[in-house]
Formats: sequence, C-alpha cells, structure tokens
Amino acid sequence: MSITLKDVEHVANLARLELTDAEKAQFTDQLNAILKYAEKLNELDTENVEPTSHVLPITNVMRDDVRKESLPIEKVLLNAPDEEDGQIKVPAVLE
Amino acid sequence: MSVANKYETVVGLEVHVELHTNSKIFCGCSTAFGAPPNTHTCPVCLGHPGVLPVLNRQAVEYAMKAAMALNCTIADVSKFDRKNYFYPDSPKAYQISQYDQPIGENGWIDIEVNGETKRIGITRLHLEEDAGKLTHVDGGYASLVDFNRVGTPLVEIVSEPDIRTPEEAKAYLEKLKAIMLYCEVSDVKMEEGSLRCDANISLRPWGQEKFGTRAELKNMNSFRSVQRGLEYEQFRQAEILDSGGEVVQETRRYDDAVGKSFSMRGKEEAHDYRYFPDPDLVRLHISEEWKQSVRASIPELPDARKARYTADYGLPAYDAEVITSSKKLADFFEDSLNYTKDAKAVSNWIMGDLLGYLNSNGLELSDVKITGQGLGEMIGLLESGTISGKIAKTVFKSMLESGKRPQQIVEEQGLVQISDEGALLAVVDSIIEKNPQPVEDFKSGNDKAIGFLVGQIMKETKGKANPALVNKLLVDRLKS
Repeated sequence: MSITLKDVEHVANLARLELTDAEKAQFTDQLNAILKYAEKLNELDTENVEPTSHVLPITNVMRDDVRKESLPIEKVLLNAPDEEDGQIKVPAVLE
Repeated sequence: MSVANKYETVVGLEVHVELHTNSKIFCGCSTAFGAPPNTHTCPVCLGHPGVLPVLNRQAVEYAMKAAMALNCTIADVSKFDRKNYFYPDSPKAYQISQYDQPIGENGWIDIEVNGETKRIGITRLHLEEDAGKLTHVDGGYASLVDFNRVGTPLVEIVSEPDIRTPEEAKAYLEKLKAIMLYCEVSDVKMEEGSLRCDANISLRPWGQEKFGTRAELKNMNSFRSVQRGLEYEQFRQAEILDSGGEVVQETRRYDDAVGKSFSMRGKEEAHDYRYFPDPDLVRLHISEEWKQSVRASIPELPDARKARYTADYGLPAYDAEVITSSKKLADFFEDSLNYTKDAKAVSNWIMGDLLGYLNSNGLELSDVKITGQGLGEMIGLLESGTISGKIAKTVFKSMLESGKRPQQIVEEQGLVQISDEGALLAVVDSIIEKNPQPVEDFKSGNDKAIGFLVGQIMKETKGKANPALVNKLLVDRLKS
C-alpha cells in the first residue's frame, strides 16, 4: 500500500491543514516511509493470534455513576479565545 | 394523496435518546438540564490534553437494558471508537461512539397503525457521548458554545428501512418512547432534546425492489413534526420523480414553521469520519451473568401489559393501547384496581374524563392530583349508589384539582345522593304542585313533559336526587 499525493491532499483537507506543493511532496514521501516501516509487522506470523483493538490485557474499566465537582467557570473559560455570558465565542460555521 | 398511489415510501429512523444517569458517560460532571452555561464541565469533557475518560457503568447498563427491551442481541464484546470531525460543539474534535461492535444489534418492535400490527426491525443500538449546544449570535456570524451537554450518555437507535408511511414513523417513535419510559433509562423529553430523530426517506415505484435515492431529514423536534416533515418530503420527492428528475442524496433541514425542507449546503462533501478504536478506553466484555442481571431489571413492557389488559380485564384493544402507551397511566390504572373490581369503569373514566381534561389543558398525569386510589374509591361510591353519575363528574373534577379522597369531597360538599323515598317524595310533590301545565301535558299523553319535571327535581336537590328513584316516584304519583 502506498500513499499518493491525492491521499495527502485528502487527509490535509480533513485535518484543515493548508499545505504548499513542496510540503505535499515531502509528506507523501514521509508517510510512505512510515507505512513501509510498519510493513515489517507483516513479517510476523499472527496465524494464532486473536485480533484486538487494545494492547492492554484488561477489560471493563468502569466507574460508579457518582457526580463530582466540575471546574469553576473562570477556569473553564481560561482557554477560550473569546467569551460572552459564560459561553465560548467562536466564528459561526455556516450550514 | 396521489403519492401513495404511484410510489411506495421507504423510511428508516435514527433516534438519539439521552440516558438519565446522574453523571456524564466519561467523567463525573452532572448531566442535569438547565444549569448556567459551561458550569457542568471539567478537563475530561472539555477535551483537555492528557485526561483519561472512564466509562460510567450505569450508562452501559441503561444501554443494555434499552437494547434488550428492543429485542436486540447483546454483544459479548463491545468497544468504543473515535468518530473524527471538526465542529465547535465537539471540544475534542472527535466524538466517542461505537462503530463495528455496538452494544446491541438485530432487534425489533411492534407498532400498531389503523388496527394492524407491524414489526419494525432495529438494526443496532450503540452508546455514545452527546455534543455541546451552539447558539448563533451577531447576525449569524458568531456562535456561543455551551459544553454542559457534552458527554451526556446517548444511545443511538437505528431502525431498518421497514417504515412505509409518516404515520408509521410516528407510531414507531411513540412506541420507542413508551419503551424507554417503561425501562426508566431516559425521561424522553423532546422539548429538552432528550429524544432526537433523523429520518432517511426515499420513494420507489410500487413493485420495484431497489430503494430509490434517499434524503436525510434533520431538525424535527416533535413527533408531529417528524410526521409532517416526512409528508412534505414524500410530496417533494414525488414531484421530482413525476417530472422525470432525480432525487439528490443529501441532508435536508426541515423547518416546521414553514412546513418545508431545505438542502443543507456545505454538507455535501462525503463524510470521512476515520473511525478507529479509542485507545483510552479498554474493551468491554459483557458476561452472561451481567446480561442476566440487567435483563432481570426490565419491567413488564407496553405490549405485554396491553395483552394482559385485553385478556384479563376485557378492555377494548384501543383503550388498552392508549392506557399502556404511558407507564404512569398504566400504573395509575392498576393502582385504581386495588380499590375497585370494575376495570372497564376505570378505563372509561381514564379514557374520557381524565385524558379529556389532560389533553384540553395540555397537562401530564403528574400535573394533576388525582390518585388511582381516589378513582377506585369513587367508582365504589357510584356502585353503592352513594353518589350519582352526575355527582361523580363533580367529584372527579374536584379530585383532579385537590387530590382529596372522594368520600371527603362528598362529605365536605354535601354531595351524597338522596335515595330516601320520604325526602324525595316531598320534593316530587312540591314540583308537581308548582308545575300544573307540564303535569297536565303528561297526563294528556305527552311523555316528554316528564323530562322537564325530572329536571326541576334535580335542580331543587342540586343534582343529588337518585335519578332512578325520582323517575319511579314521579311516574307513580302522576299515574295515581
């Protein structure tokens, strides 16, 4: 499997990244190199290994349905670029 | 409508139901509705770097319970995935959802439309987190973000494309709501957004097997609005097909005020959510024991109750359907039966006076004070002849407003029916004496005149006279 320039443009678009042509070419090469390296894993014999979505041998980590204190509103808004009436103000996304 | 003659409508619904846990699905913030903006948030639900979500066991159990009540098969192994997209209502830029291993799959529910039962398949039920709420300001150029709702546990219930009419869609939603309420996993308040519905709808010529191109309809915020939105959409699509055009596969926003749907431009680019397993959340193994214990917590569901009401109490199917459509109403019905054996009388009072009063005043059962015990006891007073049917109406209204026991209302307002012959005879005689003309009319063969005389007697006794006895005494007197 190899990454094409089109794949890079698609992923960049999904990530809302604006790339120059030089960057696109550079990332195409780099991503291909990374995938190629990961291909090494294909050398392993996984015939008798169950597929998993998680590497840790633990399951069912859960908490009780108990409320905890939330963050004070001043702290919530510390990272907000702009605010109004206790809410975070952002440019509208028009539909 | 001409649409139904030419085309068959195919609808599948995606319904989101908020689970009413105390805390959010992955953190301890409160899920209570209506708090000041952003006061129910913390680093986990705000998506700060380096935090770890920890799954709320209650949310999983509610989802299992809901899935079981919808006859789904419960997964042995389930997991959570990240659904990636950028939108200001999602602070992490992904939503934790379930992709290929949902909690439940392959279920069904039965709905009833025009007296016919129809089975609607449930493709899947999965657990996910809710997003925040946006309010548009500055003439639509800016949005205010409230993250209180982020992380509220949701189940998404996806139906098979088995629904054929807008009416069936409404019946499906009503049944779904009833089941969620019976299971007590959600309070299902559409006005608070705890049940939301999107619809996929397409038309195809009758007899064609292949589905037509579908549109996804959003923004319908009541059951009636779902029905109206689908009615409009089937009309719109039929018009396109009739003129030889092609329906565009797209997302459309339904505007209930205008009664039309509008294309949501900008969403046309195919979504690429790049789902992948959330590395922060380990897998869920659902054992048989766990399933059993959750299954044991499911109460008798609407269909089972309805069957019992028609079989055991002889209620008409329609009455049984209406009463069991709300758990509170069905509980009220059964509570009444602890105080009277006459189930049909209870049903009649519920179907008539109770629902009539609630509907005309836009109220819920919990808004009025009457109890099942009150209704049962009142029916007892009717049976024993203590009160007349007319007085019962007064007592019933008084119970709705005061919640007092019927006996107390009867005593306080002096409503006991007069069944004492001597006392009634005195009234009968005085009315005969005061109304010589109607008496004469009756005697010369005008039977209708007796109605007037009975009316006068009821008026004199403020409606408390035993009507049967009045009739008998009056006729006896007039014919003697």
